[in-house]
Amino acid sequence: MIIFKGVHKWFKNLHVLNDINLHVTPGEVLVVCGPSGSGKSTLIRTINQLEPISEGSLIVDGMNLSDKKTDLNKLRAEVGFVFQQFNLYPHLSVISNITLAPTKIRNIPKKEAEEQAMALLTRVGLAEKRNAYPSQLSGGQQQRVAIARALAMKPRIMLFDEPTSALDPEMIGEVLSVMKDLALSGMTMIVVTHEMGFAREVAHRVAFMADGVILEEAPPEVFFLQPQHDRAKQFLRQLLTPMQSEGI
Amino acid sequence: MLTYTFDWSIITSGQYFDWLVSGLLTTLKLSAISIVLAFILGLIIAVMRMSHNRPVRWFALAYLEFFRNTPLLVQLFFWYFGSYKILPTAVNDWLVSTNFEFAAAATALTIYTSAFIAEDIRSGVLSIPKEQMEASRSAGFSYLRSMQYIILPQAVRITIPPLVNQFLNVAKNSSLAMTIGVMEMTYQARQVESYTFKGFEAFTAATVVYLALSIIITSLVNLYNEKVLSVHKAT
Repeated sequence: MIIFKGVHKWFKNLHVLNDINLHVTPGEVLVVCGPSGSGKSTLIRTINQLEPISEGSLIVDGMNLSDKKTDLNKLRAEVGFVFQQFNLYPHLSVISNITLAPTKIRNIPKKEAEEQAMALLTRVGLAEKRNAYPSQLSGGQQQRVAIARALAMKPRIMLFDEPTSALDPEMIGEVLSVMKDLALSGMTMIVVTHEMGFAREVAHRVAFMADGVILEEAPPEVFFLQPQHDRAKQFLRQLLTPMQSEGI
Repeated sequence: MLTYTFDWSIITSGQYFDWLVSGLLTTLKLSAISIVLAFILGLIIAVMRMSHNRPVRWFALAYLEFFRNTPLLVQLFFWYFGSYKILPTAVNDWLVSTNFEFAAAATALTIYTSAFIAEDIRSGVLSIPKEQMEASRSAGFSYLRSMQYIILPQAVRITIPPLVNQFLNVAKNSSLAMTIGVMEMTYQARQVESYTFKGFEAFTAATVVYLALSIIITSLVNLYNEKVLSVHKAT
């Protein structure tokens, strides 16, 4: 469903993606992790072409992204994207945030779109917030609305770029549980996250990145118990026992 | 010793009152038309100015610099005395048969003001976080539709104070239209003065009208801002 073949990307002289080869099959949940600056966000942003690639080939849902004839707007409508900072539209109510793209891009009648939006809001546990504005919601609530907004386009793939990194600890659970339900429903998902509990429980595969390279790619039980690469071992040690590794 | 005797009755009734009222209506019409058209044109020029297409961007830049940096009076004279010389005869005949003075004044005010409005809106757009554009592009909106549904509605909202200034300028600048014979407020006040030598009364009337017009415009925009735009209160 998503195929990276020899993908490179440079920002000026900085080699942010270095020979990425990755194959994500339909229904698969892939977690991408790694230290900051490793290229994980860039990787996930190339999939809906928020970042163009410099070299190689990237095929998403049968569309070749290097082909100039590929309609990027059409591709993006099929790929849901959830941001670290939620990025809800602050001038629109919760329900309008969700119905905007379906009514304007898919031309779904307003009433039908609102019914779908209410179903999604119920699914993420926020039906009573339909008329609220983003600024009136907590971070966790905003992120759940952002997930509902992405799902309203009935995407074939969902991308999550550190969806819980901007949240207070007590709100992380509510967002992860929505994502877990989504994974169980068979959605193809790529998730950039440091939530190793989520990775262990939900992911089919974990990719570990450092310095623009995918160093390891394994099922979570293998990755967590027998990491091969030193960088991965060090990363896991820091993540699981941050205080010990700092020598505190 | 003051020898002037005030006579306010000439501006509150009779023929001169009618002149002033007709001047007021013309000023209202000229200002309203120019404000609406300048706002629409300003939006378009602002979007062109930020376009990824280089010729489009350069055209908008040239437009902005040209119309911001030449006096409104010269532009007014250009549209009135200059433009019809290069238009086809048929268009000219039609223009003369309508109200050419009014059309030239509205054109000059619209184009002049649109350049300022475009720059205000552009600075509003630049203050919207780029993530908003990313979010709407990710949803599948094109650049222009992202502007239409996501970016401009937010940008216009924060641009309201400078926009009010531009709207007030239109109302006040519309007085220049008297120089090409548009019978608006200032023109009629001057006319009343010529007939009656009651310059103090006539221009007091004009002053009050412009002041009232400015206050009304400010109040209307503020009301719209409060009732329609600021529906969500920041927490």
